Amino acid sequence: MSEMYTKKVLEHFKNPRNMGRIDDPDGVGKVGNIVCGDVMKLYIKVNDGKIADIKFETFGCVSAISTSSIITEMVKEKSLEEALKISRNDVADSLGGLPPIKMHCSNLAAEALHEAIYDYMKKNNVEISEKLQREHERTVKHLDIAEHKHMEYFK
Amino acid sequence: MKRVYLDYAATTPTDPRVVEVMKPYFSEVFGNASSIHTEGQEARSVIEESRKKVAKLINADDTEIIFTSSGSEANNLALKGVAFANKDKGKHIVISAIEHHAVDETVKWLKSTGYEVTIVPVDKHGLIDLDVLEKSIRDDTIIVSTIFASNEIGTIEPVKEIGEICKRRGVYFHTDAVQAFGKIPIDVKEMNVDMLSASSHKIYGPKGVGMLFVKKGTKVTPLIHGGGHEFGLRSSTENVAGIVGFAEAVELRMDEMNEEVKRLTGLRDYLIENVLKIKDSRLNGHPTKRLPNNANFSFSFIEGEGLVTDLDFNGIATSTGSACSTKSLEPSHVLLAIGLKHEEAHGSLRVTLGKDTTKEDLDHILEVLPKSVEKLRKISPFKGDWK
Repeated sequence: MSEMYTKKVLEHFKNPRNMGRIDDPDGVGKVGNIVCGDVMKLYIKVNDGKIADIKFETFGCVSAISTSSIITEMVKEKSLEEALKISRNDVADSLGGLPPIKMHCSNLAAEALHEAIYDYMKKNNVEISEKLQREHERTVKHLDIAEHKHMEYFK
Repeated sequence: MKRVYLDYAATTPTDPRVVEVMKPYFSEVFGNASSIHTEGQEARSVIEESRKKVAKLINADDTEIIFTSSGSEANNLALKGVAFANKDKGKHIVISAIEHHAVDETVKWLKSTGYEVTIVPVDKHGLIDLDVLEKSIRDDTIIVSTIFASNEIGTIEPVKEIGEICKRRGVYFHTDAVQAFGKIPIDVKEMNVDMLSASSHKIYGPKGVGMLFVKKGTKVTPLIHGGGHEFGLRSSTENVAGIVGFAEAVELRMDEMNEEVKRLTGLRDYLIENVLKIKDSRLNGHPTKRLPNNANFSFSFIEGEGLVTDLDFNGIATSTGSACSTKSLEPSHVLLAIGLKHEEAHGSLRVTLGKDTTKEDLDHILEVLPKSVEKLRKISPFKGDWK
């Protein structure tokens, strides 16, 4: 394992932060990876334009779980604008790097975060940038494909 | 922390007795077996003794054993060798849906060069459909290659029946026996096998040696041309120490086989019975027609690489058929072939036992596994209410 993953990745896998769900979330991001089949759900609570609370649920490998965990740490207490700036490279970097074949997992985490923020903005009539709108459409398309691939669990 | 190794299907530790037997063949008996002088002939003699030992395990003639570097090489030699040598008969190949990559990648490559391939499906237990297999054989079929016992799900195929079909239809029958050789009885004459692949490092022999059994009269083109070693089928100066080690490992397996089959079957079934107590779990592969040391499970709602990693943190070595653990990001084709959905293949765990496995080892994994599964289920979004 130590050849593949950094200590930080393994630490986040061993002790994931902010794992679970929020009962009355302000925004929810559901994403699915169409290549490997990983699935993530991110819940946020927003207060004063900042992410007051955040939780995740992930079906996926060590990378998927650790990227979910670290992204929640990265954005807690941050403003929505700052959170939207976070990319997959930021996620991978804060973990000390991921094997190239696992970079798609860090993308999933960033996607889930942006999707949760989109959901919040939509529900609260906040103006949504074109970029975020396009991201959302892509995410929905991927999720649809992932759901069809893994229909059993989505029932 | 004491390590508990339960990935014997991947590889085995070389038996210390094998290591002992190999020692003289590096610096003391070091001759090139093709040399006419004493040093060479010493090496030659021990290679031929080794050949006899290996042949005995499967009731073959010694001249039908070709030493290679590995099981993968043996598979390549069988498929490409027959393909190249029998073009005048035809270019059609038949394999099963659950072959090891050394077979299906080779066949995939042959297909890209103009050969035709038929893949015979398996049932939910991984057993090859004999009807479809028979119907797939055409006049231009040059080889049928089916795995003896699955490295993933342990299912033991009806090799004798397949051999009969191939004999009746006049087509070469090759079987990848890498996981079965040395573990369960094999008789190539009784089973009508024309070619068979085996590997040393799966049976407590050294890595870097394997063999292909080639029945007398089989038309095969060598992959490696050169000095004409191994009856012209595999040129290169022989890996004497490796071959000696392989033969020693074979003899040890032969002596210990009956007891080991009993002992491992008992341990395996103990493991299976207790693992299946975990909620939403299932056994993959045939419940009884399976290798004595193989157990393969699927756990719903979680992913295999995470499970293997968590078990590894607890000192236990296992493997998985999950997409996340492969270079291609595709889940195991074997698990998909037996009808598992993607997510079930994702949540799979392969546990394989060996000669050093004790009941205590299994009790350790039985203690840890439910906790690991539970931990990953807590992280998972699938709790029956995804929407």
